[in-house]
Amino acid sequence: MPDNPLLRMKEVPDAIVCEGCDAVYRRVELRRREVSHCPRCGTELDRHPGDQSARVLPLTVACLILFAIANLFPIVEIELQGLSSQTTLAGAVVALSAGGMSPVALLVLATTLLFPLLQLCILFYLLVPMHYERRPAGFDVLVNALVALRPWGMIEVFLLGVLVAIIKLSSMAQVIAGPALWAFMGLTVLLTAVLSFNPRTFWELAFEPRQGQGG
Amino acid sequence: MSSDPTIIETAAAQRLMACHHCGTTWQGAADGEACARCGTRLHARKPDSINRTWAFLVAAAILYLPANLLPVMITKSLLGTQQDTILSGVIYFWVSGAYGLAALIFVASFLVPLFKLTALVLLNIMAQRRSSWRQLERAKLYRILEVIGRWSMLDVFVVALLAGLVRIQGFAEITAGVGIAAFGAVVVLTMLASLSFDPRLTWDTMADAPAQDMTMDNEPI
Repeated sequence: MPDNPLLRMKEVPDAIVCEGCDAVYRRVELRRREVSHCPRCGTELDRHPGDQSARVLPLTVACLILFAIANLFPIVEIELQGLSSQTTLAGAVVALSAGGMSPVALLVLATTLLFPLLQLCILFYLLVPMHYERRPAGFDVLVNALVALRPWGMIEVFLLGVLVAIIKLSSMAQVIAGPALWAFMGLTVLLTAVLSFNPRTFWELAFEPRQGQGG
Repeated sequence: MSSDPTIIETAAAQRLMACHHCGTTWQGAADGEACARCGTRLHARKPDSINRTWAFLVAAAILYLPANLLPVMITKSLLGTQQDTILSGVIYFWVSGAYGLAALIFVASFLVPLFKLTALVLLNIMAQRRSSWRQLERAKLYRILEVIGRWSMLDVFVVALLAGLVRIQGFAEITAGVGIAAFGAVVVLTMLASLSFDPRLTWDTMADAPAQDMTMDNEPI
């Protein structure tokens, strides 16, 4: 007999479950800058969102601008006996796939270009209507995509890779840093701030006050 | 928060399930049912966590060999063709006096994947045995793995950039070797392995097992 899951499933709004060890605690109101950790395993339980939700939108826009600069201009240029060569991120991806390394090219393309861009676009698309307290179409799919994409954006690792490559080349050629290198540095800093915004907060913003509370 | 941290009630024992996406706690939900708030499927534990983790770990361990033995980078210059593996790149930096850089690449490309593989094997064996050995240390180990795993991609990016940049025909040309594909696969597979591992299994010990079989519905908290 099919039953209505909504009648059976009941939200327990004052419970918080540790993701690291499944321990159940009573949810407490956190003060500004407060973070609660599970006393058993040490995993972070909850974090005060602060005024982050107000700051994330401008930071996202700044990230998108830097992202454009980082990808449209060359990252580095080398000069060797009067000959020069330069590359953008996309140029490196194309060179990899031309050299028969399409899976690696795809991996680099996804982790440094597609996924971070997708994360920024989703954030922008969600944050603008939510500023006017509207829930945009596809809200649940996009918030979940944001959570799933999180481990796979690797701009900061790429920046370190660029620096290593520059040092590697500096012994055999003259290396000139391109505008994209500075953009990548700025992007790494800003992206860290943007991605520290927990996508879970979206659910709290969308359902404020929590369902089942005050009832 | 519970006043006495030594008395821990787990959600599984209380028949509660928390949605891993939106964090909402539900009572009376069946495993595999959709979260009424965000639509994600609810699971008391990640489904088939131990087997999936094993599968990714075995695949990563197999590819670890070609990743370290095959050349990751081929340099063609006026002096001839040179093939570099991950470790020969480290040795090159060390010999040329860039000790810090050599250490950085050695740690990111060689030690971190190896450490990740062995640590996940250990965590998975212990979880499979429902062992209560050093649970807190195992929980900390898992959190460290989640942070450091991504940095192994460093060498993939270095090779990608060098292949894109150094293309001066006749003078110097760098192309990617097969090893880098295997190496990238190892990094992705170990990341998938640590994502499919459920840290809660570390705390599901023998002592907790009967609690999960209870049919009585408890009141939450």
